[in-house]
Amino acid sequence: MAIEAELTTLTAAQTAKAIAVGDVSAVDVTRAHLDRIAQTDVHVRAFLHVAADQALAAARAVDGRRADGQPLGPLAGVPLALKDVFTTADMPTTCGSAILAGWQPPYDATITTRLRRAGVVILGKTNMDEFAMGSSTENSAFGPSHNPWDLSRVPGGSSGGSAAAVAAYQAPLGIGTDTGGSIRQPAAVCGLVGVKPTYGGSSRYGLVAFASSLDTPGPLARTVLDAALLHEVMSGHDPCDSTSLDSPVPPVVAAATHADVAGLRIGVVTELSGDGYSPGVLARFGEAVDLLESLGAKIAEVSCPHFGYALPAYYLIAPSECSSNLARFDAMRYGLRVGDDGSHSAEEVMSLTREAGFGAEVKRRIMLGTYALSSGYYDAYYGKAQQVRTLIIRDFAAAFDQVDVLISPTTPTTAFGIGERADDPMAMYLADLCTIPCNLAGNAAISVPCGLAPEDGLPVGLQIMAPVLADDRMYRVGAAVEAALDARRGHPLLTEAKGLAQAGNAGGEAGR
Amino acid sequence: MSITRDEVAHLAHLSRLALADDELDHLAGQLDVIISAVARVQEVAAAGIPPTTHAADLVNVFRDDVVVAPLGAEAALAQAPAAEQGRFRVPRILTEE
Repeated sequence: MAIEAELTTLTAAQTAKAIAVGDVSAVDVTRAHLDRIAQTDVHVRAFLHVAADQALAAARAVDGRRADGQPLGPLAGVPLALKDVFTTADMPTTCGSAILAGWQPPYDATITTRLRRAGVVILGKTNMDEFAMGSSTENSAFGPSHNPWDLSRVPGGSSGGSAAAVAAYQAPLGIGTDTGGSIRQPAAVCGLVGVKPTYGGSSRYGLVAFASSLDTPGPLARTVLDAALLHEVMSGHDPCDSTSLDSPVPPVVAAATHADVAGLRIGVVTELSGDGYSPGVLARFGEAVDLLESLGAKIAEVSCPHFGYALPAYYLIAPSECSSNLARFDAMRYGLRVGDDGSHSAEEVMSLTREAGFGAEVKRRIMLGTYALSSGYYDAYYGKAQQVRTLIIRDFAAAFDQVDVLISPTTPTTAFGIGERADDPMAMYLADLCTIPCNLAGNAAISVPCGLAPEDGLPVGLQIMAPVLADDRMYRVGAAVEAALDARRGHPLLTEAKGLAQAGNAGGEAGR
Repeated sequence: MSITRDEVAHLAHLSRLALADDELDHLAGQLDVIISAVARVQEVAAAGIPPTTHAADLVNVFRDDVVVAPLGAEAALAQAPAAEQGRFRVPRILTEE
């Protein structure tokens, strides 16, 4: 038991190495994490489905390959928490929606396939805001997940289940999707590393679509190196996704081990600061800027004048695409069907099913998108938003002429309380204020922890943004910040999370 | 007021959402606030700025036309709300009028 508890605190890199050299079996590692889930998920509620049998079978296969002397990949045997938006042929896929409750897809997403081939052990499917629309997991039809730092707070969203699982030591790795910040924002508020790769760098095949021009799968982890290892395993060209980039995966693992920013030009975005940002977030961000300067980076302030229009443009573009994508939920081929009693037409059944199966936020966005795309309003709303998208891309291009990477806080505030913004959509949307510009422009961004806000003792994230296909650059900066802060603190930040210990969790504190 | 309750009811129909009356009232207020907020895009998007539909600069993506096994009727129908004689069974699509 003592050894098992210790296994859950290892990094993914350490776990893979321990399995490869035979210090521990993949089955023991998987068992330790399944035990941890059994002990803690009653408080965290990160998982919608735990696939213990499939996970143990995958782990046994890795142990078998090792016994046969076959080569193992860099993450073979490492457990992972998969967001419930990726199709899995052997586990349900619900997207946090009642309309897909219990749906068992007939095929695996490309990312699911790549994880299996790499010997990564998928522990189960994690909770999320319904169809990835939200910043808190409160829009899940199956109830919210809880932040392991403070169980009364949200873990962020929409990939909040994966973030909560990694922060609660239920898995060293998680996968989320980032359409407007849905990986970086939960990473920031849970004290984790979260990455939105360059758009097209990670496959969308088998990902239930929300906003197809923005949706980007990416890793969540407790260290920058772990995120990089997963980034390389899950990424690369996929002929099944017509927007997948046929380019080499940027060398992110090499960058994560090259934690050096000497001479690097780093731009602080003027517009991502000021009103609406909590003092603790700004204080920690300011310290991170000073730290990078002390490490030899050249800091400059850079203005991106149209970033203030990114949020309104996003809340036209994403709902527009969502209203089109979610039209597939028509109650005919899969999912829920309501009112099929002989008295209703197909169209009535469709409307009754969507009314019963979709939650409030999904309905809001479908209607907003329908409005923005309807004749008479298209030019004034969707058309204008597309023009703003061009202006944002131009802002980035001009900024990256002056500096190598841009930085900002990841979120304006730390984790908010469950229920606090639940029926105030505009307040909820503000959680993605700093993360949306990169989704609109398609470039890469990472969030790394940069300390705790003094006012509430909750984690603050530093966002590092890099040009398209220069993902490696932000890993280099993230690794430098992580190494310097860990050295100064003497331990990883996450060991200070006390939410589970205070809940009287039998597994005890998960610190190292 | 940028959007009326009647317009919201029309949107609900276009969206194929059989909203209840109280839901319609609640959503009308919220959509009005959201639409007023997002209308800010009109402040900066001047004529002559080309629209961006997509972040990835890809044109005419092709792949080899390789034959792969299809899903098969059984797998395709396995999760259907209703199936009959190897097909999806759907409610009537025509009215009797």
